[in-house]
Amino acid sequence: MERTENNILFHRIFPIEGGDFTNAGSTSDQIKKILKEAGFSNTLIRRICIAAFEAEMNVICYASKGTLSLYIARSFLKIVVNDEGKGIRDINLAMSEGYSTADEKIRELGFGAGMGLPNIRKNADEMVLTSQFNQGTHLEFTVYLDRQEAALPFE
Amino acid sequence: MTLKEVKDILSAEVISGDHDLGKEIKCAFAAELLSDVLALAQQGALLITGFTNSQVVYAADLANLCAILFIRGKKPNEETKRLATQKKLPLLTTPFMMFEACGILYEYGLKTCAIEMENGKDGK
Repeated sequence: MERTENNILFHRIFPIEGGDFTNAGSTSDQIKKILKEAGFSNTLIRRICIAAFEAEMNVICYASKGTLSLYIARSFLKIVVNDEGKGIRDINLAMSEGYSTADEKIRELGFGAGMGLPNIRKNADEMVLTSQFNQGTHLEFTVYLDRQEAALPFE
Repeated sequence: MTLKEVKDILSAEVISGDHDLGKEIKCAFAAELLSDVLALAQQGALLITGFTNSQVVYAADLANLCAILFIRGKKPNEETKRLATQKKLPLLTTPFMMFEACGILYEYGLKTCAIEMENGKDGK
């Protein structure tokens, strides 16, 4: 088989339990460790990990179970999140800042401000979000390794 | 301003990370919502918050913040402390309320470092 520039160098799948608030953050923490060991820059790790943390919280808050997968390729980092659960009724609404369907429990944990998905979009170069209401959600986002500096004017 | 100065100015108690008090703080960010921390706080910021669950440590660490200052004398649980020690993230607690703690630090010259927002003045 022909090798391409984007051959996946590393791939790991992390299972996430819906409602597991105690361990919320631990998956993104492991991703940070992997990326640090791989030698990526702090700025890049920060972007992908902030987005990963938001995505991880979404599974914990709104799904019954899911997986978060990390892919490292030569030219990009990608996170793919699949979950089974409530899904999203209106994606455009879910993408608007401040819109949230979070309950008290989620808000007690400091989330549910309606900032998660917009923040993932902000930190990623590309993002794809699809959902079947009452079935589940598929989210994937990519950060390109050759675009880092241009994408972060404020750092 | 160093973390030691923040500690002295706000009569704060160091919960963990005693040896890191020489850390230079260039700016601060105050929030009760971790979503706001993840969306708005800049790298290197001191986080001022009343939120003590272990998720605050994950959020601060993932966002590369330099330390956490709890307000109103709040103290985190053992799990939060353990995680902060592991992440080498200093934790302090001050008896002052959020508004006072921020106001005092601001008076001493510590600046905000929220990222500029389109629909607000958080960055100004």
